[in-house]
Amino acid sequence: MAADTSSDDRGLRKGKWAPYGLLSPGILWLVLFFLVPVMILVRTALSSKASRFANPEFSWQFSNFTSAFTDYGPQFARSFLFAGIATVSAILIGYPLAYWIATQGGRWKNLLIGLVVVPFFTSYLIRTIAWTSLLKDDGVILNVIHAIPFVPQDFRLLATPAGVIGGLTYNFLSFMILPIYVSLEKIDFRLTEAAADLYGTPWQAFKKVVLPLSMPGVFAGSLLVFIPAAGDYLNNRYLGSPKTSMIGTVVQDKFLVQFDYPVAAALSLVLMAIITTMVLIYSKFLGTEGLAV
Amino acid sequence: MVMSEGVAPPYLSRELEQPGKTRKGSTSSQRAGSRWGRRILTAFACLVYLYLFLPLINIIVFTFNDPAGRYNISWDGFTINNWLDPFKDQELTNAFIRSLEVAVLSISIALIMGSLVAIALARYRFTGSRGIEIFLVLPLTTPEIVLGASLYQLFLGRKVVFGFSTVVIAHVMFCVSFVALTVKARVRGFDWTLEDAAMDLGASPWRSFRKITFPLILPGIVAAALLSFALSLDDYIVTDFTKGEFTTFPIQVNNAFRVSFPPQVNVLATIVLIVSVLLLVLTSVRSEKGVTR
Repeated sequence: MAADTSSDDRGLRKGKWAPYGLLSPGILWLVLFFLVPVMILVRTALSSKASRFANPEFSWQFSNFTSAFTDYGPQFARSFLFAGIATVSAILIGYPLAYWIATQGGRWKNLLIGLVVVPFFTSYLIRTIAWTSLLKDDGVILNVIHAIPFVPQDFRLLATPAGVIGGLTYNFLSFMILPIYVSLEKIDFRLTEAAADLYGTPWQAFKKVVLPLSMPGVFAGSLLVFIPAAGDYLNNRYLGSPKTSMIGTVVQDKFLVQFDYPVAAALSLVLMAIITTMVLIYSKFLGTEGLAV
Repeated sequence: MVMSEGVAPPYLSRELEQPGKTRKGSTSSQRAGSRWGRRILTAFACLVYLYLFLPLINIIVFTFNDPAGRYNISWDGFTINNWLDPFKDQELTNAFIRSLEVAVLSISIALIMGSLVAIALARYRFTGSRGIEIFLVLPLTTPEIVLGASLYQLFLGRKVVFGFSTVVIAHVMFCVSFVALTVKARVRGFDWTLEDAAMDLGASPWRSFRKITFPLILPGIVAAALLSFALSLDDYIVTDFTKGEFTTFPIQVNNAFRVSFPPQVNVLATIVLIVSVLLLVLTSVRSEKGVTR
């Protein structure tokens, strides 16, 4: 970001009121329908509810937060574990693809990176349901796996943690590939020639030159995969089982089925706090550009 | 939720052609790895594409399925009847139309407000712009479940009737940030003195906006429109919390899944896929021309 500021200065205006006028409709909308609601959520999280159908009363009820952890520890742990594994898998799957497109895509680069986005244009829900059809016990994939020797006959993927993690990895993989590709595209690959001239092996050149330069993309991609994965409940609904329920499952159930707002609000705020901390640390070091550019 | 600039390939390539940034020779990459290394990488990349497209292939193949029961997830025989009667399921069709209505309305609002925010940020230097940028990223980096839950609390507390308008409010909210950041990335580094030049030559401010600024930000707006259309059409989690009795396409598919999963779901999803890919190709071809001109 810092490097760009010099070229950004061309004709930049030092407007007094104009920028605020342009900003106000959009920012006002976000204040009203993002910031205020989150504050209301904080209030709800500190409220108590006399009975199931009573309205929550604000009472500095901090116990909602402690019970969020004590009662739903396993769901929190699973959310972060599943999202973490999905993020690492997405790096392992996405990085080589992004690298291949950036170095060997040639004139097909735009098409190849465009193909990565195509799955976005079918509904995320329907893609997940398609995975249930692919992963079911007598489906295509399990038939192939069962043909491998020494695989136990009761091996299955649906309703297992592997199924949920697979779905999370799949659904958010493009968010990993795109920022990595963007950061790889910025690298001057003549640097690897320089490394070769200095008797570096291709692997050393990659490890010492390319990988560090592409780390901003990896960090941005990791956040973009981890955030939706940690709060998700659809992958668990279709590819998992009650035994693999995540924090999103609990929050959705408590809000929309059980009407237990205070605890649900506390749960979602804890999730938000952890993720926002990660985002702020990221933006402190790498700016906000990589996250939404 | 968050998408990257990389999703709009042609605009990206254009950004890389900015003066001052070095172009790298494509030959250099050939030295980056051994021949076998490159072959393995290519094979791996093909596998990743297969993985990305497997559910899409599944969805498309199952549009031709003649399911024996009410669930279109096992292959029972070939038919083209589903394509001859894509609107057979009345409730599904209505939900599909409602989804389109929500998407068109929320994107129109979000495009106007978001583009204004982008212009303010890209064009003016003013106090608080850094804070605004972080604020814009937050809705995109907040888990959808928190966005949904907090809006749910807001509407519930104000006794707003859940339905079409609450869903549109929610969709505008997450699209505004997305549009603002996408358009901003597109106009970053644009030489605003061109506007001065136009005005020096006697153009009115409105004319210079229409002839200079608008054509320059248009590709960014088109990219943002396409992708926020996909976001809105696809959204499940935020809609789940703001819908009340109202149903969009994904919600209807999920609700009906308890009793049936008709092949028309796949047909409608495939139609959306085909139309979006065509639009993506069309807009990239157009902007490619724009770049070379």
